[in-house]
Amino acid sequence: MDQTQINQLGDELYQAMLKREAVSPLTSRGFDISIEDAYDISLRMLQNRLDAGERVIGKKIGVTSKAVQNMLNVHQPDFGYLTDAMVYNSGEAMPISEKLMQPRAEGEIAFILKKDLTGPGVTNADVLAATECVMPCFEIIDSRIQDWKIAIQDTVADNASCGLFVLGDHAVSPRQVDLVTCGMVVEKNGQIISTGAGAAALGSPVNCVAWLANTLGQFGISLKAGEVILSGSLVPLEPVKAGDFMQVSIGGIGTASVRFT
Amino acid sequence: MKEQKKTLTREQVLALAEHIENAELQAHDIHKITNDYPDMTFADAYDIQWEIRRRKEARGNKIVGLKMGLTSWAKMAQMGVETPIYGFLADYFSVPDGGVVDTKELIHPKIEAEISFVTKAPLKGPGCHIGDVLAATDYVVPTVEVIDSRYENFKFDLISVVADNASSTRFITGGQMANVEDVDLKNFGVVVEKNGEVVDVGAGAAVLGHPASSVAMLANLLAERGEHIPAGSFIMTGGITAAITVEAGDNISVRYQGLGSVTCRFV
Repeated sequence: MDQTQINQLGDELYQAMLKREAVSPLTSRGFDISIEDAYDISLRMLQNRLDAGERVIGKKIGVTSKAVQNMLNVHQPDFGYLTDAMVYNSGEAMPISEKLMQPRAEGEIAFILKKDLTGPGVTNADVLAATECVMPCFEIIDSRIQDWKIAIQDTVADNASCGLFVLGDHAVSPRQVDLVTCGMVVEKNGQIISTGAGAAALGSPVNCVAWLANTLGQFGISLKAGEVILSGSLVPLEPVKAGDFMQVSIGGIGTASVRFT
Repeated sequence: MKEQKKTLTREQVLALAEHIENAELQAHDIHKITNDYPDMTFADAYDIQWEIRRRKEARGNKIVGLKMGLTSWAKMAQMGVETPIYGFLADYFSVPDGGVVDTKELIHPKIEAEISFVTKAPLKGPGCHIGDVLAATDYVVPTVEVIDSRYENFKFDLISVVADNASSTRFITGGQMANVEDVDLKNFGVVVEKNGEVVDVGAGAAVLGHPASSVAMLANLLAERGEHIPAGSFIMTGGITAAITVEAGDNISVRYQGLGSVTCRFV
């Protein structure tokens, strides 16, 4: 794809997000879009946000579970950018009618970094050493593509389908929790709807962060001290609507909750 | 378990118990028994299960514990019932951690990751609740259960499975016990690996919201027959993960948050 096409699609996705009007899948339009093109489109979409005054505060990793990988027929994760306009605190109301289109909630572990991580060659040990703390998190994913009819290039271009995210009530040192076996319990409107454990994301959330550092390293991008890294869902994604209350608890870490209005 | 009416004669109960137990001991499958006895009730089914238990004890086997089944709210809703089911564990069901399960002795085994409670005081229903259970618990210990329905293709209704001792067949307990106050029983995670690959994950709340509520329900179910959970009982509370099919050659390793791991091999 040429830069004009990339810019046009990145701008279109940004406008779709602002207007809350989903667009047809980019992969249905007759272009041959490579994964690299899709990341370029996501960067253009991000540039629109930065131009509007948002600032990057971290990154998210997506497509980390076997179920989602099989659904999209890809066998590697993807990533997107987190900005300061996306973050909510635990217990706050999240206005779907203003900010989201077709939201789904995912329970995740967020990593807060205290040192930069620059791939390639980043190991799990490096990730643990660079992690200030981990926190319970809901990522509220959303798609600017109609009816979530996404191929991998669509979701990559659309900032890895990131919507908003909620950080929880505790921050725990990675020295104090087993990130592979830590359990996750997700409740919707008071009912337990799913359980999982750290190993659901590529065998360990630490593997996910190392993958991201090494992948971004190929583009000359580092994970920065102070950034928030969402490491991928540990449970099936759950569609949510106004009026829903979601809570996630993670063994040895804490809880996060969000009300949708 | 509202239905307490019985439809089977004593002779039918004895014959069905022998029929099902033979299938277990000879490792062959059978048709589900409700095909021939469509009016059977849960009370009939538990009569058959208790007769199988009596047969084993008469042969010199010891009963070493109890197990709960159907402990996921989703599965109960799917099956249209409001309570889980229980079964018993005989001495020869026990396999040491790191040990071997011989699939030739089984029909079509599956494994589930569970947590077990060992009591230090009796628990009597009705009205037994989580608080009673926590107060009466000596310790908890991670456990892998091997289930093996005697019914063909693992296809059954609940009444048939109760008669078949809730598909019980083998169990492996881990080596790391813990006090209930030291484990977050709702949120602790489990990771099941088969031949080195993660095949399922879950957390304690998958068992009736909290594994201790499974023990409370067991006490309440037993009370319907005038029975209780004696001090010193070993109780498997039900699957935290889905049942995973295993075959000869498989290695299973289950890791539990804060409670170590349990492993076994199938030959």
